Parts: sequence; C-alpha cells; structure tokens
Amino acid sequence: MANIDIVTQEELAHGHDDHHDDDHHGDKFQSGFFSRYVFSMDHKTIAKQFLITGIIWAIIGAAMSIVFRLQLGFPEESIAWLKPILGKWIVVDDAGIGSLDQDFYYALVTMHGTILVFFVLTAGLSGTFSNLLIPLHIGARDMASPMLNMFSYWFFFLAGTIMFASLFLSTGPFAGGWTAYPPLSAVQSSMSGSGAGMTLWTVSLVLFVVSVLLGGMNYITTVINMRTKGMTMWRLPLPIWAFLVTAILGLLSFPVLASAFFLMIFDRSFGTSFYLSEIFINNAPLENVGGSPILYQHLFWFLGHPEVYIIILPAFGIVSEVLSVHSRKPIFGYKAMVMSILAIAVLAFIVWAHHMFMSGINPFIANIFVLFTLIIAVPSAVKVFNWIATLYGGNIRFNSANLFAIGFVSLFISGGLTGIFLGNSAIDIPLHDTYFVVAHFHIVMGVAAFFGMFAGIYHWFPRMYGRFMNETLGRLHFWGTMIGAYAIFWPMHYMGMAGVPRRYYNFTAFESFNQFAAMNQFITIAAIVVFALQIVFVINFFYSIFNGRKQKKMNPYGANTLEWTAPVNAGHGNWPGAIPHVHRWAYDYGKDGQEFIPQTVPLKPGEKDMGAH
Amino acid sequence: MNLSIQNKEYTGVHPHKFLLWCAMAGMVMMFAALTSAYIVRKSAGNWLEFQLPSIFWMNTAVIVLSSLTLHASYKSYCNGKEQLYKGLMLITFVLGLAFLVLQYQGWLAMNAMDIWLNTNPSASFIFVITGIHAAHLIGGVTALTIAMVYAFKLTFKVTERRKNRFELVLIYWHFVDILWLYLLIFFILQ
Ligand code: HEM
Ligand SMILES: [Cu+2]
Repeated sequence: MANIDIVTQEELAHGHDDHHDDDHHGDKFQSGFFSRYVFSMDHKTIAKQFLITGIIWAIIGAAMSIVFRLQLGFPEESIAWLKPILGKWIVVDDAGIGSLDQDFYYALVTMHGTILVFFVLTAGLSGTFSNLLIPLHIGARDMASPMLNMFSYWFFFLAGTIMFASLFLSTGPFAGGWTAYPPLSAVQSSMSGSGAGMTLWTVSLVLFVVSVLLGGMNYITTVINMRTKGMTMWRLPLPIWAFLVTAILGLLSFPVLASAFFLMIFDRSFGTSFYLSEIFINNAPLENVGGSPILYQHLFWFLGHPEVYIIILPAFGIVSEVLSVHSRKPIFGYKAMVMSILAIAVLAFIVWAHHMFMSGINPFIANIFVLFTLIIAVPSAVKVFNWIATLYGGNIRFNSANLFAIGFVSLFISGGLTGIFLGNSAIDIPLHDTYFVVAHFHIVMGVAAFFGMFAGIYHWFPRMYGRFMNETLGRLHFWGTMIGAYAIFWPMHYMGMAGVPRRYYNFTAFESFNQFAAMNQFITIAAIVVFALQIVFVINFFYSIFNGRKQKKMNPYGANTLEWTAPVNAGHGNWPGAIPHVHRWAYDYGKDGQEFIPQTVPLKPGEKDMGAH
Repeated sequence: MNLSIQNKEYTGVHPHKFLLWCAMAGMVMMFAALTSAYIVRKSAGNWLEFQLPSIFWMNTAVIVLSSLTLHASYKSYCNGKEQLYKGLMLITFVLGLAFLVLQYQGWLAMNAMDIWLNTNPSASFIFVITGIHAAHLIGGVTALTIAMVYAFKLTFKVTERRKNRFELVLIYWHFVDILWLYLLIFFILQ
C-alpha cells in the first residue's frame, strides 16, 4: 500500500511538489490490465465502475417497474408475450391469457425499490461523484486509503451479485416491500419470497452496508485531511460539502440498519422473538412471543430517513455547482447553502417517526416529530431560494447539464411541498400508504435525484472520458423526461387523495377506484415513453465514450474548480508535477469584469476573498 | 511513490488514524442502536429478569488487564525495550483469547441457568449483543496477530511509521475494552 507523507505547511509552500513523477518503477497502480481497469485503486476509475454498475442496475430496476405498471395499467390484457423472459411468473390460463403472478408482482415492487434506493441512488450517485470529485476538487492525488476505496466498490459489486442471484430463485426474490417490515421479512414461511429470497436480500444488504461504510470513512477522512494548500473548508466547492455531510450521515445511520438486520437474522433463523409476537400462519400460532414489529420500524427508519437525504444531498451539491458554472454567476448565499446542508443533516436524525404515524405511536410523541419534520422545510426553502437567485439575471447556458439542474429545482419544489402535507400527522393518517406517498417520494427523491445525477454526468462526462455527450440527444432526454416524469407522478397525487392504496396488485374489484382505470393506463404509457428516453441516454452515454466530440480545451466550461486544471487524460495522481494551490473560493464568476477567476489565481492586493474566513 | 499529501495544518492526525476513528464512530452507532432497542423492548413488558453469571466479572478483569498490558507494550516499544515490548504483546494476545473463551463459558453458564437464546427477548439481547461484541474483539485479535508477526519478524527499530501502526491497534483495542465496560454497566443498570 502506498505510504502517506505528512507534510508541514512550510514544506508545502515551496511549489507543493511531492515528486509524484520521480518514481522510476512506474505507477504500480496502473501496470497491468487488471490493476488498471478491474481492481483499480484510482479514484477516477472506481468512480466509473460505480457509475456503470449503477446504470446497469437502473436499467434492471426500471424494466421491473414497466412490468408492474403493465399490470396496473392494463390488468385485463394478456402479457403472455413476456413469458420467454419471466417464465413461470407469467401464468397463462386455458384461454391463452397471460397474467403476472401475484406474488411476483410484490417481488418486482420490492426489488424495484431496493435496487433504486440502494444500488442506484446511493451507490450509483454518491459512490460515483464522491469518488470522482473529492480528490479532484480538493487537490489531492487520491483518497486517504485507495485500498479501502477499492474494497468499497467490490463489496457493492458482491452485494449486487447476490441480489441478482436472488432474482432466479425458484421461490422468487424477497417480496415484502423495500422496507422489509416484519413479520413478512422475519417469518420464513410467511410468503414465498420470505425464505431464501429474504436470506439473500439480507446478506446482500449487509454487504452493501459494509461498502457504504468503507466508502464514507474514506470520503470524510480525505476531505478533512487531504486538502491542498489554501483549500480551507469555506473555500470548498459545494459538491464537496454535500459529499462530506452525506458520508457522515451514512456513517452514523447505516450501522443502525446493520443492527436491525442482525436482530432480524436471529429471528429468522435462531428462534428469537425480537420482532415477532402472536402471529398466526395458516391459522396456527407461531411459537414466537414477546417481540415487537414496531421496534424494527424504529430501527429501520432511523436509517431510512437519513438515507433519503444520503440520496438527495449529493444531488444538491452537484446542482449547486452546475447551476453556478452555467449561469456564469457565483452561487447565491454560499454560506447559507452550507448551513442548510448541515441543518438538514441534523434534523434528518430526529424525524424518523414521521414514517410511523400510522404504526400506533403515542400521539403526543407524534406531535414532536411533526414539529421537527416541518422545520426541515426551512433549510430546504433556503436552498431553493438560493438556486433560483443564482439563476436570476444569469447568463444562462441551456445545455443538457444545466437543464437537468434547473429541472431538479422544479422537482424538488413540487415534491417538497407534498412532504409538508405528509409531515402533518393529521393529514398523513388518510394519506399514508396511498399513491400520494408514492407520488411524493418519487418526485422529490426518485426523479429529482436522477436529475441531479444526469446533471452531473452531462457536466463531468468530459472529465471522465475526455469527450462530450451528444447535446441534441441530451436535450431530447431532458425535455422528454421532464414532461414524462410529471405525467407519471402528478396524477398519482389525485389517486392518493381519493384513497387508492399503494402496493395493490389490482383495483378492478374496487368500485370506487374504477374511475382511475384510464388514468392508470395513461401513467403506464407515460412510464414506457420515459423508459424509452432513458435508453436514448444510455446509448448516448456509451456511444460518446468512444465517439463523442473530443474535449480540446482543458477547461471547457470556463469553470473555477481544480478538476479542470488537471490534463484531459490525467493518470493516477491527477496532476503531473506539482499539485495546484488554492487562493480563493470556487465561485468568482463575473467578478471585476472577468468572466471567471479559477481558484488557483492569487488574490490581487486588497481583493476580498468571498469564501475564506 | 508519494500517493497523497496530507496537509498537517488541518488536523495533524495521520489519515489512517482518522479512518479508524470514523470506523469507531460507526461501531458506536451500532451498539447504541442495539442498546436503545433493548430499552425500548424492555419498556414494553414481558421481560425476564435474571442475574448475569459471575464469569462476566472475570471477563471484565481480563479485558481491562489486556488493555493495560498492550499499553505497556506500546510504551516499551517507544522506549526501545525490545524484550518487554514483545513479551507484553504476547501476553495481551493470550488475554484476548482468554476473554473469548471466558465469554463462551459465560454463555454456557447462562444455559446452565436454563436461559437460552430464545427463552425471552431479555436473554436474546444479551446473547446477541455480547456475541457482536466478541466478533469485534476477534477483529482486534486479528489485528494484534498481524502486529505480532511484524514484531517478531522485522528487526527491532523504533520508527514513526511502525509507531503509528502500533497506535492503530492500540486505539482499537482500548475501544473494544471500553465498549465492553459500557455494555456491562448497561446490563447491570438495566
Ligand atoms: C420538506 C421536506 C419533506 C417532508 C416534510 C417529508 C415528509 C414525509 C412524510 C411525512 C412521509 C411519510 C408518508 C407516509 O408514509 O405516510 C414521507 C415519505 C417519504 N419521503 Fe418525504 N418529506 C420531505 C422531503 C423528502 C425528501 C427530500 C426525500 C428524499 C430525497 C423524501 C423521501 C421520502 C420517501 C422515500 C418516503 C416514503 C418511504 C416509504 O414509505 O416507502 N422526502 N415524507
Ligand atoms: Cu422521512
């Protein structure tokens, strides 16, 4: 393993040359094919591994949603044509009408949620951009521990492999919802996916927790300790603040999930009753008594709520940076942006019970959680205000990256507002577990986080591959997804207000929900269109890796941050020669009549630094 | 090759040590979750009260002693006393194993009182929490094994780098010790 030199400020002052290139034995990290592309310890390669794995999972997870949307939109139509892919999960009756197996419907919904929340929007988003940007933005050669960083990816890979294997079990994958509430998760015989399917689910997620923790420890240590000279905390670009706080949230909340899973494993396999009491299966009582399923909910949501911010904070950071660069304006209220990230992070730990208003918690305690939950709206609103103020009067470039960043702001407003509805326990009681909640979290988390990710991918694609993605396809992708996503999720609010419950296989038996049959068809068609547009994105992505327009200038956007001071095809270590020093914050756009002033440019005599204090 | 530069002005802590602190923060959260689950569950009633077997006290003595010996070993290393350093390290290793054996005896003693893993959540919690703690101690013993291999294979020399590696093991060992004390006090008070 590489050793780390501890250098004092004085030593750094003289050119900051760590003789990175004097190593005549070559860079051992890049010698063979395997150490270069597979078991790489270079943060830029690991970022690409996270991204491409995330893309593959996103395609799988989205394809699943299309299958269950077909069931919801067209419950009477035959889907026998899916039999070659789904096999026995498509039940074909005597008349040749194929329908989706009911248990498998639940399995699909469960896998869709698990995959998207953990594998795509946690690993694929924070894993990709924390890895790519932290060392490049703070002026470091790599992470504090490149080896742990590599392990972080491979634990994720292993977790994914196991989850993937569970899809092919004859009893099917786990089917009790992404939140894995007991008793469906804790009693092996409760449904077909609760046996081997749930076992693999648990093993996979425990490995995933390890991956998140290894990554997070490394991100925190790197940001705190490895910044280049002059890079004070108040000069950090906003994505780095976001990744730092995300990592802290993960480090403090994922171990709690691990604890919840350990207790679950004992309930499942060793006869304990942490979560189980007085349960009847096939009219026979189970032996387990004395446990409490609510206990699991507390443990789960203690992670679960911070987890939604683990997903959205990196998107906050990316969007702030992209908006500022492409509006050619400093980010409005830099400090307020940092403070609101910190406030959201603290509040994230004390609101978990808003997911449990209907679980029978004490109404007095529920009130306290209502209060904290609604307070989150304040820092959220500060952020929204600052993004809009950043755009206001800017010289806005409407390229794909910036369009997605602007779209993010729109989605975050729409979804955040419905969060305030749900945060009031009195309103949540009728809305809980309806399509209103589905609409809320898909807009504010699902689609918004994807938009943050897309903004990041379009923006930093040249930093990853030295080429640009196709702009025309990018804009098509944006407009189609923007309109399509609202078309899918907006109507769901009305269904939820009418009481349509989530996670139902079929509504045809409910007289009062028949009015939504056409709406469900509309949603399904919109979902198929949006899915097709994502395929356009995937094609654009892989095509551009090899054939995209070449990046000619080192700093194509005229941005201030350090990643654009490294050569296009930077090898391991990022900067040949000395590491650049930082003299100012990252947002000097349009200052003193200059379009942009990179962070490496020293302050002029008497010039005030906007960041450092 | 110099992979990374650490700017000492920021924290002055070696990044690997900082990493360890982060890991320990995660572990603290894990045990905090388990012990709060214990409290929440206990307040719900149907809770079997029983005395912890006295072996748990021996356990405690052993683990505290092992922390002291490892600390002394570290001091001897820094002062260049090679024999003492190696000897104390070996003793710590044996004490670590002794703790694991005693922990197992403690579980057997609970079984002898007819308290099994699934008797009542109160018992389940003690088995599971002490079990997870023991797993953390196994991690410590593994780290110590690696440190011993270095100690006995390399020629003795006091360097910053080796001192730093030793400190990593030492900090973790103390951490697992303090964790145990916390758990014991927690179980007694509850
Ligand atoms: C103003 C801010 C927000 C408030 C007040 C809020 C409030 C709530 C409440 C009360 C629920 C529970 C609804 C129920 O199950 O009955 C909920 C669900 C949810 N929220 Fe939010 N939310 C906010 C923002 C967010 C953000 C930013 C995200 C993610 C990035 C998010 C993700 C989720 C998810 C995933 C669920 C559903 C989990 C499930 O049951 O499967 N929310 N929200
Ligand atoms: Cu929440």
